[in-house]
Amino acid sequence: MANAQKQLAQRSQGPVAGNAGDVMVVGGGISGIQAALDLATAGFKVYLVEKTPTIGGKMAQLDKTFPTNDCSMCIESPKFIECDRQPNIEIMTYTEVASVEGTAGDFKVTLTKKPRYIDEDKCTGCTTCTEYCPVKIPDPFNQNLSLNKAVHIYFSQAVPLVSYIDDDCLFLKDKTCAICENVCENDAIDFNQTAEKIEVKVGAIVLSPGYETFDPRVRGDYGYGTFQNVVTSLDFERLLCATGPHEGQILRPSDKKHPHKVAWIHCVGSRQVVPGGNSYCSAVCCSYTQKQVILAKDHDADMQATIFHNDIRSYGKDFERFYQRAEKLPGVEFIRSYVSIGREIPDSKNVTIRYATADGVKEEEFDLVVLSVGLNPPADAKEFAKKFGVELGPQGFCKTNPVNPIETTRPGIFISGAFQGPRDIPESVVSASAAGALSAQLLKSRRGKLTQDRVYPAEKDVTQDEAKVGVFVCRCGANIGRIVDVPSLVEYSRTLGNVVHAEESLFACATNTAQAISDTIRDKGLNRVVVAACTPRTHEPLFRDTLREAGINQYFFDMANVREHCSWVHSKEPEDATRKAKDIVRMSVARAAKLEPLEEFSLPVNKAALVVGGGVAGMTSALTLAEQGFETYLVEKASDLGGMARRIHYTIEGLDVQAYLNDLKTTVYRHPLIHVITDATITHVTGYVGNFVTTVKSKGRVRDIKHGAAIIATGADEYKPSEYLYGDDARVMTQLELEEQISAGDERLINSQSLVMIQCVGCRQEDRNYCSRICCSAAMKNALKLKSVNAQMDIYVLFRDMRTYGFSEDYYREASNKDVKFIRYEPHDKPQVEAVEEDGRSFLRVTVSDPVLGKKLALDADSVALAAAVIPSAGSEETARLFKVPLSPDGFFQEAHVKLRPVDFAAEGVYLCGTAQYPKHLSETISQAYGAAGRALTLLSHDTVVASGSVCEINERACVSCGACMTACTYGAIDFHDTPRGKKARINPVLCKGDGLCNAKCPSGAVFLKHYTNDQVFRQIDAALAG
Amino acid sequence: MAIGTEFKPTILGFLCNWCCYGGADLCGVSRFQYPPYLRVIRLMCSGRVDLEFIFRAFAKGADGVFIGGCHLNDCHYNPEGNYDALGNTLIAKKILEHVGVNPERLRLEWVSAGEGIRFAEVMNDFSMKVKNLGPFGSSEGIDIAELQSRLDATIQLVPYIKLVERERLRVPVWTDEGYRKFFGSDEFNELFNELILDKLIMSRIMGFLRVKPVSAGEISESLGLDPSEVARHLHDLAQQGLIWFDESQTLVAAA
Repeated sequence: MANAQKQLAQRSQGPVAGNAGDVMVVGGGISGIQAALDLATAGFKVYLVEKTPTIGGKMAQLDKTFPTNDCSMCIESPKFIECDRQPNIEIMTYTEVASVEGTAGDFKVTLTKKPRYIDEDKCTGCTTCTEYCPVKIPDPFNQNLSLNKAVHIYFSQAVPLVSYIDDDCLFLKDKTCAICENVCENDAIDFNQTAEKIEVKVGAIVLSPGYETFDPRVRGDYGYGTFQNVVTSLDFERLLCATGPHEGQILRPSDKKHPHKVAWIHCVGSRQVVPGGNSYCSAVCCSYTQKQVILAKDHDADMQATIFHNDIRSYGKDFERFYQRAEKLPGVEFIRSYVSIGREIPDSKNVTIRYATADGVKEEEFDLVVLSVGLNPPADAKEFAKKFGVELGPQGFCKTNPVNPIETTRPGIFISGAFQGPRDIPESVVSASAAGALSAQLLKSRRGKLTQDRVYPAEKDVTQDEAKVGVFVCRCGANIGRIVDVPSLVEYSRTLGNVVHAEESLFACATNTAQAISDTIRDKGLNRVVVAACTPRTHEPLFRDTLREAGINQYFFDMANVREHCSWVHSKEPEDATRKAKDIVRMSVARAAKLEPLEEFSLPVNKAALVVGGGVAGMTSALTLAEQGFETYLVEKASDLGGMARRIHYTIEGLDVQAYLNDLKTTVYRHPLIHVITDATITHVTGYVGNFVTTVKSKGRVRDIKHGAAIIATGADEYKPSEYLYGDDARVMTQLELEEQISAGDERLINSQSLVMIQCVGCRQEDRNYCSRICCSAAMKNALKLKSVNAQMDIYVLFRDMRTYGFSEDYYREASNKDVKFIRYEPHDKPQVEAVEEDGRSFLRVTVSDPVLGKKLALDADSVALAAAVIPSAGSEETARLFKVPLSPDGFFQEAHVKLRPVDFAAEGVYLCGTAQYPKHLSETISQAYGAAGRALTLLSHDTVVASGSVCEINERACVSCGACMTACTYGAIDFHDTPRGKKARINPVLCKGDGLCNAKCPSGAVFLKHYTNDQVFRQIDAALAG
Repeated sequence: MAIGTEFKPTILGFLCNWCCYGGADLCGVSRFQYPPYLRVIRLMCSGRVDLEFIFRAFAKGADGVFIGGCHLNDCHYNPEGNYDALGNTLIAKKILEHVGVNPERLRLEWVSAGEGIRFAEVMNDFSMKVKNLGPFGSSEGIDIAELQSRLDATIQLVPYIKLVERERLRVPVWTDEGYRKFFGSDEFNELFNELILDKLIMSRIMGFLRVKPVSAGEISESLGLDPSEVARHLHDLAQQGLIWFDESQTLVAAA
């Protein structure tokens, strides 16, 4: 891709048409990367523009990601390489947009490419220049906590992997140095570079500029910038990271010593209505703080961690358990209190924090204080918005269409990621896929016109050669290297049979390492490759691709998982872990030597899609696909479309949901390419990616629907409470029922004097250990609505934590300002509701302990509204079984990867969206529905899909025609055919799914599953036990 | 026990790619700890675990064998391969018991890709169980060479077991309970004794005879079998032409 910019620059001298693409993605963080990849895969040519010297964004700076503690760089960097290798993405780094002209479908974007003073084509990323450069500057990637050189590569996995020269360079200042120019063997240093203007024509634009962390210096009230041992959470992220300023050792700034007593302060810059603060909730800080606590304790088990917090907002999937995990760690204390920074102790440089306790204000000393800073709009948001001609919302983030959170105010310009407002990685990825889907919809007639297929070098035939195995051991920063003795593992690998080369690397998945592996394969004539690193479930595709780049068959690769299955699970036993890692590599090498080259083949893709569930999620997905010309079957179990949204009347932002829903339904019903099947039951699903057959029964009719992709959008149900007199007393209702009554103008309700809302009914408890996410906002929505029609009504909200995350926080504040009263209760001391007849008056008496007053309160209410849990829809288990997709422990559908594949299933060709995945708000559902459609488009836009070469085959001579294999295979991949030696089993590789059941059943050893043959497994067994 | 002599078992694990391997990955990602005894072989489906894999693992000295698949009815594949794994495991346990290997050394568990913590729990538990059983052969009180020869005899029989399984040991109901009931039933026991056990004994006798000609008494003593049983099997084997007797009719040898 390094050539791309040069070609581009050259072309820009010529006719403008040369710089034509389909979509420009502006901002190369995880969201921009995902949008670019989806679009490029779906047949569009993409320009990915990034203002820093590399793609990666904020995610690249994170150490781990919540709530799984996945290594951030490890899961993101394969995407860098994918972008780099994708021929339809032109990455333009160190480049900013100067202006945008034109209209949707026909934009002309003028870009300014800043001078790197490095010729990107000549730079090999060898870093010799960095070695010789005499100027040290604070390293921005490490939050200025360590020094780097004025010429350096932004970070070691950077794409493109080339240096850039900072303005502090002596030559640039006063032309005094230029050592780098002399040491560079490739003459890549070019001080004559100047800013370059480039024009690109595209049809659509996706904005993904991300966010800025809140700068606590602005208000100066937390000592940041004045007290050395006060750091921000992003600083701390770097301190935790193996590639950080101290190689993963947590050392505090003042004396570079391990801090033993660390405090985190929540909501720094968030939920503050003060000048310089942000009124909204930043949505991610609670969980990232918990992550940092867990990781810090992992680094130093004796560390004392104190977290000063307001509400704990664990509203996402698995966040609640994550919080519990952090809270249960020894030496970790969560304290609910506002705090202020006290002083810096002159000798120790420790910092004191003052906070409220039951016994008054306490001042406590800490070795290090971490500020959990919030998320701000990009620093240049106003100017940025002006360039693109889009409007900003009141919080300074991008203004979006209330019924389409992916649309900006300017047609043809879409938005993805945190510029929509504070959000976590999966939501940023979802909106990226959604922006991809909408761009594709706009440009549907251009699909495939400008794109090209990737070309690999011809594959070398090495089948006759002796196995020559290369072993590449990854340190994964410190993830492996800190536990497993990597040099000794490399040394050991060299002693193994067939191994002709072994080496280690800091990150095997970094672009340059992948390239180096490819080079080594060629240079050393390797014909088998073992990478000892992480799990093949995430990284095997990347390394297989590397083998293809090197011109050998991709199935000559085996992955030794020494991270998930070794260093991470045996972190307290480094010696045993090293021994085990050697065993794992030995097994892998033994297997690798037996690997055979396999051919992959193409299967046709049926262009139709099936969407299960006719709620807003399903309808939106179906419409997105149909609008792009793909026939879509929308299957709904009820007799009408609409789903749960039929019971929602307005959103907190004021959208008229019924009007929106009716429009949507009408459009869907009338769409010629959408076949709506109501009263439907799915009875059977067969097939596989690109070729499913689903049997649907509806109104006495049964039909088989052939489709290439499926989207599961089956929604969720409302829990029917058994608590608080629900069902016994009509005055006790759920929030949804309350909303129905409000909307119907129920007089009793509207004229009542008081209403008590009880939150967390049926969830955040042992049997439903999750937060239903939407109830706090729903309560605020209904409370505000009631206050607007009857300002005199007393409304009490009994809550555990108010989880009005993101911009909903403003409505929480508004409710509070309008005198809605909030009383916090503890789960072990829940409120009591009783029906009371007193003085001729009938009412509900709600008793609750007030933690502030420290006594029981009795609230006399005319109505009680329960925030009933959102629970998995009744048919989830059956749907999961039919489509062979998993459910999470809470019963919601389980996506392929919590962070980076949030709307995919591990099973190819099946996607998910809406509340089937987890409770979510309407706008989030819409966003996810576009996202799922976007992912499905990456499949449906192709005529074929590549199937694995790991399928079964039959050695006809050994076949005894017993038929055992045929009964084992329900895919119908095996049949008998006539041969001169009688009937023999035969396998149709197109139908074979590679499970290998027939192999295990065959008594004569005639059937074998390629890539998992008996012989290969025997070698692994023997090697495992040969230690 | 001194550190240097602490017994650290080797457990061979066959994990299906879609569920249990994913669960083991999530376990790692979540940093849940378990003892470093497990050595994993990744297969696409637990139903791919051949009986021979299990017996070979023990024959090569594994202290434990673990099979991990998707929860029943959650198999990634249409033919529900984990039922095959269940059937194979139950048969293998039965055979292991008969050849003198403690069947507790073989364990089958269902772990979904979302159950990282469960994978750690299962591993902690199984690791401790195997550790307490001691090295392969110790809890059995049988010489390892002897166990290995019995397992080798069993491996010889695997193709036959597969045929028998297909023809005669079909489980009528596809539920966990159905499988366990069937494999625990008298009907199964009878079939097992009749179809597999006899063959197993014959296979062991053959293995014994391949080394050197011996007398029927020696066979009976070495294999711990009733002399009349041995006589019956020798008669069958001779009829099949697999063995012959020397002139004095005192020594038997493999044909």
